[in-house]
Amino acid sequence: MSTKKSKWTTSLIVRTIAAWGIALLLFFPLIFMGFTAFKTELQAIAVPSLWAFEPTLENFHVVNERSDYVQFAWNSVVTSVVSTVLGLLIAAPAAYSMAFSPTKGTNGLLLWMLSTKFMPAVGALLPIYIIFQQLGLLDTKTALVIIFTMMNLPIMVWMLYTYFKDIPHEILEAARMDGASVWQEFRHVLLPLGIGGLASTGLLCLVLAWNEAFWALNLGAADAGTLATMMVSYSSPEGLFWAKLSAASLMAIAPIVVIGWFSQKQLVQGLTFGAVK
Amino acid sequence: MSSQSRSSRFIPRLLLSPAVITLLIWMVVPLALTIYFSSIFYNLMQPDVSGFAGWMNYEFMITNPAFTDAIWNTLVLLASTVAITVIGGLAIALLINEAFPGRGMVRLLLISPFFVMPTVNALLWKHMMMNPIYGVLAQVWTFFGFTPINWLQDLPLFSIILMISWQWLPFACLILMTSLQSMDREQLEAAEMDGANYWQKFRYMYLPHLARPISVVIMIEVIFLLSVFAEIFTTTNGGPGTQSTNLAYLIFNEALQSFDIGVASAGAVFAIILANIVAIFLVRIIGKNLEK
Repeated sequence: MSTKKSKWTTSLIVRTIAAWGIALLLFFPLIFMGFTAFKTELQAIAVPSLWAFEPTLENFHVVNERSDYVQFAWNSVVTSVVSTVLGLLIAAPAAYSMAFSPTKGTNGLLLWMLSTKFMPAVGALLPIYIIFQQLGLLDTKTALVIIFTMMNLPIMVWMLYTYFKDIPHEILEAARMDGASVWQEFRHVLLPLGIGGLASTGLLCLVLAWNEAFWALNLGAADAGTLATMMVSYSSPEGLFWAKLSAASLMAIAPIVVIGWFSQKQLVQGLTFGAVK
Repeated sequence: MSSQSRSSRFIPRLLLSPAVITLLIWMVVPLALTIYFSSIFYNLMQPDVSGFAGWMNYEFMITNPAFTDAIWNTLVLLASTVAITVIGGLAIALLINEAFPGRGMVRLLLISPFFVMPTVNALLWKHMMMNPIYGVLAQVWTFFGFTPINWLQDLPLFSIILMISWQWLPFACLILMTSLQSMDREQLEAAEMDGANYWQKFRYMYLPHLARPISVVIMIEVIFLLSVFAEIFTTTNGGPGTQSTNLAYLIFNEALQSFDIGVASAGAVFAIILANIVAIFLVRIIGKNLEK
């Protein structure tokens, strides 16, 4: 008995050390970036790397002034939030309809929606670019909102569909018996019960839109550029400004990494279209 | 009765239509236009040349030596990243499947790279990890007495693979971890009672259970990785030469740098075909899941 227990403890210790070691190794670039953001430029490129230094906030001030951080951040917030809200407004009714009034065609329709995700972005780039050019939408937030909405719509419909399917039909039927209209049914029954699903779907799509880089780089250059675009302007002269780059990176990813942590469970269902639970 | 059933069908359809119509437009219009562009002469630098091109654009694309390189690089990038992330993700998922102190925190740390935007990911690796002078890897190499590697110059494609694997390893790990949690514990315990060793448990219990999630991970990664762009755009610009040019970057280059829409569209058609070969399998698996 005692040998078994001690053996178990040894394996636990090994596993704990291994797991923490791997996790810290993978997380290391982000920790290091966090440190560098508070160094001066000279400290940032010191060899060997400094771990003890007097933190400075100067980088954040410079990034703010020089690269219009506020403008880019505002573009990121607007495009990701508006596209998410718009997507929910289109996806929720569709998911509701498929979950509560399924027909023979529902499964086929869901799979077809999934298949629209397989159009590689680069395959759609030229037509979209030319159409938006004709419409005068290049480098506008509207263009990015349209793209992000369409990009996430299939994921939203799928996630909401799986959430709505878990709501018992009897509750809706009872409401209908009492003479509730479609709107009342939605407002007083579906919304309170489905709010969790709506929230996590929204969070995941917010993350995906915030981090989107292909369309943001190709369609939004100056005026509509998101934080993903702003970062590219830091790729120039050989990383001479690595401390400032770190500060900018930190400001670009911190909000969304935190949101990501909260939505990690939903991420699995959302990104695998319910195939893995 | 009949009017009621008609109206009860009408409202669900009405609710469904915005999503269906917008997605239909989103899919059909770009696809049709891409195929159309690929069949005409359409170069922004030569506006006087126009008309039907037949297979000319495809021929031009295929005979371009960069195209063969790009296809090869796309496949190498895909296969290596998928192999690294699935094998690594599986190992980590099995490692942290049983409880240990700080498991929740480890989970958060592990998943974080997935939420880093591709441009930050690329810059992080380019300047902080892979810089041959002050980069972290150079310091590690020097510490062990090796000459630091100039990663992006000498091993451009491998460097890109490293960056993308860092981002997608957490994804594979998270999915496999979630799937492991739903395994039947009693069966596992019964197997242990019968004296099954770790390898036997892995081979006959874990692996069959994980077969489907692994295939889902592979296919979703394939869909996303076929279009890797920002990492290449930010770090190597496809170079040196075409050493790190993939299909997505080549099409971008043809279109927005050489302004040849026709040829670029022919390349895009190849990208679409490639993606759809994978998609067919994914739809089958998920479709089976729906019918359960």
